[in-house]
Amino acid sequence: MEHPAFVQHAVLLSLVLFGLGTLGVFLRRNVITVLMCVELMLNGVNLAFVAFNRAAPGGTLDGQVLVFFVMVVAAAEAAVGLAIVIALHRHKDTLDVDAFSVMKG
Amino acid sequence: MHELTTVDVVLPFSVLLLPLAGFVVLAFFGDWIKRDKEEHGACWLACATVIAAFGLAAFTSVRLYALVGGREGLHFSQPYLGFDWIEAGGFRVPISLLIDPLSAVMMLVVSGVGSLIHVYSIGYMAHDEDKVRFFSYLNLFTFFMLLLVMSGSLPLLFIGWEGVGLCSYLLIGFWYKKDSASAAGLKAFVVNRIGDAGLILGMIYIFHAFGSLNLVDIADNAGSLAPEALGQWGSVTIACLLLFVGAIGKSAQIPLHVWLPDAMEGPTPVSALIHAATMVTAGVYLVARLGPLFHQSETALLVVAVVGAVTALMAGTIAIVQTDIKRVLAYSTVSQLGFMFLAAGMGAFGVAVFHLYTHAFFKALLFLGSGSVIHAMSGEQDMRKMGGLRRKIPWTYWTFLVGTLAIAGIWPLAGFFSKDEILLSALHHPVLFGIALFTALLTAAYMARLLFLTFFGEFRGGHEAEHQLHESPWSMLGPLVALAAGSIGAGFLKIPHVVQPVFRLPEPHAAHVAWLPVVATLTGVAGILIAWYLYLEVPELRAWLARPLRPALRVFDAKYFFDHVYDGFVRHAVVGGSDRLLWKRVDQGAIDGAVNRAASLTRALAETLRPVQTGFVRHYALLMLAGAVAVVSYLLASAARP
Repeated sequence: MEHPAFVQHAVLLSLVLFGLGTLGVFLRRNVITVLMCVELMLNGVNLAFVAFNRAAPGGTLDGQVLVFFVMVVAAAEAAVGLAIVIALHRHKDTLDVDAFSVMKG
Repeated sequence: MHELTTVDVVLPFSVLLLPLAGFVVLAFFGDWIKRDKEEHGACWLACATVIAAFGLAAFTSVRLYALVGGREGLHFSQPYLGFDWIEAGGFRVPISLLIDPLSAVMMLVVSGVGSLIHVYSIGYMAHDEDKVRFFSYLNLFTFFMLLLVMSGSLPLLFIGWEGVGLCSYLLIGFWYKKDSASAAGLKAFVVNRIGDAGLILGMIYIFHAFGSLNLVDIADNAGSLAPEALGQWGSVTIACLLLFVGAIGKSAQIPLHVWLPDAMEGPTPVSALIHAATMVTAGVYLVARLGPLFHQSETALLVVAVVGAVTALMAGTIAIVQTDIKRVLAYSTVSQLGFMFLAAGMGAFGVAVFHLYTHAFFKALLFLGSGSVIHAMSGEQDMRKMGGLRRKIPWTYWTFLVGTLAIAGIWPLAGFFSKDEILLSALHHPVLFGIALFTALLTAAYMARLLFLTFFGEFRGGHEAEHQLHESPWSMLGPLVALAAGSIGAGFLKIPHVVQPVFRLPEPHAAHVAWLPVVATLTGVAGILIAWYLYLEVPELRAWLARPLRPALRVFDAKYFFDHVYDGFVRHAVVGGSDRLLWKRVDQGAIDGAVNRAASLTRALAETLRPVQTGFVRHYALLMLAGAVAVVSYLLASAARP
């Protein structure tokens, strides 16, 4: 059982990471940067998982295991995402997110 | 119960199936028979099946009499098939025939008159190219008509009922290239549908009351019905009235009589067989067959009697002003059928069947005689172009004279006896008796008018037509002579006495009224004399009489405006109403409108909602975030509140 202050700090950090990622997703226009910010958000969540796992009683490893799953999914997402980015660039010669808005109602 | 031998069971079915076999052969192998250039094979085959059916029917009747002395019915269930036609819950309809005195009389009339008319058709249709089709229809008709009168249950009777309606349609429109013939066939079919609907509803009611549609069950149990089923609006009255609607349609009673005069578009043997002797009497047969049931409801009987009397009178007055020889006979048929219903309505079902039976002889004779006249006139049917045919076609004339005297009710011809009995049965009802007596006078008058216009005086058809006049061949005259013999002798057979056991009612012992036969005969003679004076002795009298009577004559000539009313109703109410209200308003307005309105509503909603989809990924992401925040806040809030 860790010191509660440690968990508190870790969760605070993860919140900051998640917030920065979210802000990045909404404020940056470059698609690659947006993808990187999504990674940042995911890792913020991962940190929270690990921290809470430490705080949880009974010595389970659920939090850690879940992090691995998130990593795997993030890797897959990065692969697909980058492929899409390349396709987009070939299509419009730009990586500006707002340039891709033809699917509007 | 008497022991039935195999012969007794097979006989009725063979009576029934012979004409059907004739139809099947003609319908499927007709082309092969047609190789015989004159097509006599087809004609003789058709005649042979019906004549054989008549022979077997006569034999069946004799066996029936030997078995039960004519007192009870024999009920034949189909023994070979070994299954019921319909079985659903408590609803059982076996394939069964009922042979009792009533169906025996009907069977003999149908097959007997039917065979004579088949033979007659050989001569009458000799120059028609489509003889095979004609005779196959005639055979099919005979089958259905026999099924109608021999069936042991109402549903089976209904099959025959519909079948004869179908054959009637096919034969009225036999010369389908003539527009008026096709239209007349359709009219007959459509008007009959109205009656058939009544018949079906009546059957449902009967099943409701009895739990059975077996004719014997109905006759046996009618006397022991619960009181709540009886009464003025009890289910028995309603059932009887519905069945009577069916009878009205088939037997051309007011207000559904309009199809019968138009049905004269068919070949004359068809008019004689279907529209005079047999099919149109099916309604009378139905009422008589369910006589025990009708007997339970005074209201229904009164309706039957009044409809019959009114029809007899109206049709008789219309017949007086017709100029087409066949139309006079058609209205005469309607009028005589009215007489039969009058008798049935008076509770004298046996008398109704008696008149049905004598009428079959003399009306078939008159129709076939008119066919012979039309044949002699090379197709002309207008009596104003005839006259003086007495010397040119003597055989036709003499037999026609017998028929006229018979229908006029002159002693000792067949019509006298049955009409006398009808008048006797109506004696206790002064109004209906008066109508009946007056109609008897009219009957004699219009038939004598027909006779005088056609056979007496000078020929009015021009020289060329006079040169063409010729007596009909023997195949046509033979049946005429046979039917004339029947018209003379048929009345001596006391049919009411024969069929009485069928009705499960005590034989009426009406006091014999000595003056009635005298009055009846004098009425007939008076009618003939009136026509004699008006059409032969002093024709000027007619113009003098016509002036004050003009309004009445106009009504007669317009056939009491029934066709106008129906035409107006159909044209304005049905067609116009469908066009303006049902089509334009209900269908296009309401039904199509609802569908279209639903579509445009969806579209309008979509138009307002589609700007939400901006296409910018970050907007979507923002919405997702907002959703996630909302869900998480909700969860946190509910977790904070224990």
